[in-house]
Amino acid sequence: MSDHTPLSSLNSLQYAPAPESRAVVTLQSAYGHFINGDFTNPASSEQFATLNPATGEQLATVAQGSDADVDAAVAAARKAYEKVWSKLPGSERAKYLFRIARLIQERSRELAVLETLDNGKPIRETRDIDVPMAAAWFFYYAGWADKLDYAGFGPQPAALGVAGQVIPWNFPLLMAAWKIAPALAAGNTVVLKPAETTPLSALLLADIIRQAGVPDGVVNIVTGDGRTGAALVNHPGINKVAFTGSTEVGRIIQSAVAGSGKKLTLELGGKGANIVFADAPLDETIEGIIDGIFFNQGHVCCAGSRLLVQESIHDDVIERLLRRVEQLRVGDPLDKNTDVGAINSAAQLAKITELSDAGVLEGATRFTSSCALPSTGFFFAPTVFTGVEQTHRIAREEIFGPVLSVLTFRTPEEAVAKANNTTFGLAAGIWSEKGSRTLWMAERLRAGVIWANTYNKFDPTSPFGGVRESGFGREGGRHGLESYLNV
Amino acid sequence: MSDRVSVTKTYKMYVNGAFPRSESGRTFVLNDVEGNFLANVAHGSRKDIRDAVVAARGATSKWKSATAYNRGQVLYRFAEILESRHDEFVNLLQLTDGVSAKKAANDVAKAIDLTVWYAGWTDKIAQVFGGTNPVAGPYFNFSIPAPCGVVGIITPAVNSLSGFVATVLPALASGNTVVVVPGSHAAIPVAVTLGEVAATSDVPAGVINIVTGTVSELAPILASHEDIDGLDLAGAGENRPELGRLASATITRVVDSDLRDLHDLKRLRAFIDTVTVWHTIGQ
Repeated sequence: MSDHTPLSSLNSLQYAPAPESRAVVTLQSAYGHFINGDFTNPASSEQFATLNPATGEQLATVAQGSDADVDAAVAAARKAYEKVWSKLPGSERAKYLFRIARLIQERSRELAVLETLDNGKPIRETRDIDVPMAAAWFFYYAGWADKLDYAGFGPQPAALGVAGQVIPWNFPLLMAAWKIAPALAAGNTVVLKPAETTPLSALLLADIIRQAGVPDGVVNIVTGDGRTGAALVNHPGINKVAFTGSTEVGRIIQSAVAGSGKKLTLELGGKGANIVFADAPLDETIEGIIDGIFFNQGHVCCAGSRLLVQESIHDDVIERLLRRVEQLRVGDPLDKNTDVGAINSAAQLAKITELSDAGVLEGATRFTSSCALPSTGFFFAPTVFTGVEQTHRIAREEIFGPVLSVLTFRTPEEAVAKANNTTFGLAAGIWSEKGSRTLWMAERLRAGVIWANTYNKFDPTSPFGGVRESGFGREGGRHGLESYLNV
Repeated sequence: MSDRVSVTKTYKMYVNGAFPRSESGRTFVLNDVEGNFLANVAHGSRKDIRDAVVAARGATSKWKSATAYNRGQVLYRFAEILESRHDEFVNLLQLTDGVSAKKAANDVAKAIDLTVWYAGWTDKIAQVFGGTNPVAGPYFNFSIPAPCGVVGIITPAVNSLSGFVATVLPALASGNTVVVVPGSHAAIPVAVTLGEVAATSDVPAGVINIVTGTVSELAPILASHEDIDGLDLAGAGENRPELGRLASATITRVVDSDLRDLHDLKRLRAFIDTVTVWHTIGQ
């Protein structure tokens, strides 16, 4: 592109701050666990702080769940399963789930602001994606609760019992919805452990569940770090373990659960290939590449973190892409104009920084947006590496941040070989106007989700999950029920 | 009139469409249930498992990309050959499983019918386990059941014929290739003979591989192999927890339940990875 006139006038535009009010959220200074229908005093006095990653301020302290807390939560879930939930007809369970969906909608602004405060993701995303989709997830699975006989698993499929669920910090509320909605619809009760750095939206969801009148003990939420998660997945009183998080922890959980009879589903890491052919619709493709890697600061297991560009259009794509990256607005997550918010924690920022430094050391060419970063909190400027080799760490390891690695290919066969040259297999993107080639690629890519001419789209009806070391089991759709049924 | 001296069979493994001995050169003596000498069986090693996995991996593309119709025809051909060797299996089962002639005939009939049942599944799986998803947006979204890849199978220690068919056929029907370790010494003769059935059934070389030996030695090698995508521990008994731990190193999909129902939809679904494709709709 030689004519930069429209662009330079665009660059001169200034945005006034447009912050969303945080007054809608009332925070407590300290939170206990939600066990047996009530917020309880934790068995142990150990507390830890949860921060606003955009400022570093402490939002609240939450309880470090002890073995005794986990015991109490599992006992409550067991009792609720045996005495109440398993005896309710599906049509009655459904109505509780519909109520939760409605209550999420009613309190959507509060949830969105709280999620943005605790996680650091832009309010635009929590408002338009995380919260509405969490409600949609409950709506979708509510409708399944009285139709399990028709779900294709044979007549009268049975619930498993008590599910232990451990979720990550990148979509705290949405992951809670992904876990709780199908579990309850299938007739299970749950003990959920939210991530250490993002416990607050799950605790607000607990209040919603209380408002919905869900019977005591059907949903229990225990906060804490990895020790609490380990106590939960190893607890002999649960029948099912559902984990979303890193492949490293997934291995530990699969090993711990082996031979126990607990049903297991794992949704783990990824290193998604976003593959651009020369005949791709370039304007849409650039937006799709941006969504693929900078959505949610790149804290997305299915992020399109490896861009594979057909060699003939590499220079054009990179020029357009870098221009677009420069326009991303990075900063206050509560600002409605913000595209890229805060990195969730100091630890994650350190990891992203370390891997990016490794990219430079190993010989890739680094481009980093010249955007100004806020002086407080954890931020990382959007970064693109070109000239990346398949052996580089930034092409092999999950960075889980706003860092894109660009590689090239010449033929469809080479694109497939490079895309599959990873131990992960969660997601991939294909950009091309040639449908036959897209389907040819989809047959050969080893990934559980494939987006053609789009990226990072999710829907309650659409099964999501990985192949290979990205895990097993599906969330979403009819397939998502199987994870919570004894079939 | 004296009986003629029969030509006895050498029991070898079945790997990549051929019948090799163990690379280790080891054999062990296998007697029938009466204690009479039956064979010197190939005593497979770590290297044999590795060779079998390489063969199975090499065959994945051909088997997976064959049409479902074609896979069904091949598995039906497997049933045809099984039927043609009906009497041989009836005799063998009496020697190895120690069952009566009547029970053996019943077992063989069940195994043949079960093979036909699975042959009929190949071109139904995508419709029954896959489908389109009505996402809220301008996308055509569909889910396809795809095979995991290479599945390691420890067949049940007992009921050697139906146990083999009920664990191996579901993995094949969904498009996987397999490395099979017979779950007991007694299960080996039938497994080896089924390898001969496979070899004459148009099953492509490498799709079914059978490594004979001792389960306690071979199962951990199979479970910890990094290029195994799925593991059926039907015949692994009390070693399942340990084998499951080994499999966790590479997030291998594990079935660790006993074989209860021969028509086991759980096993048919176990080694399927659902792939969901979103495609934009527009002008």
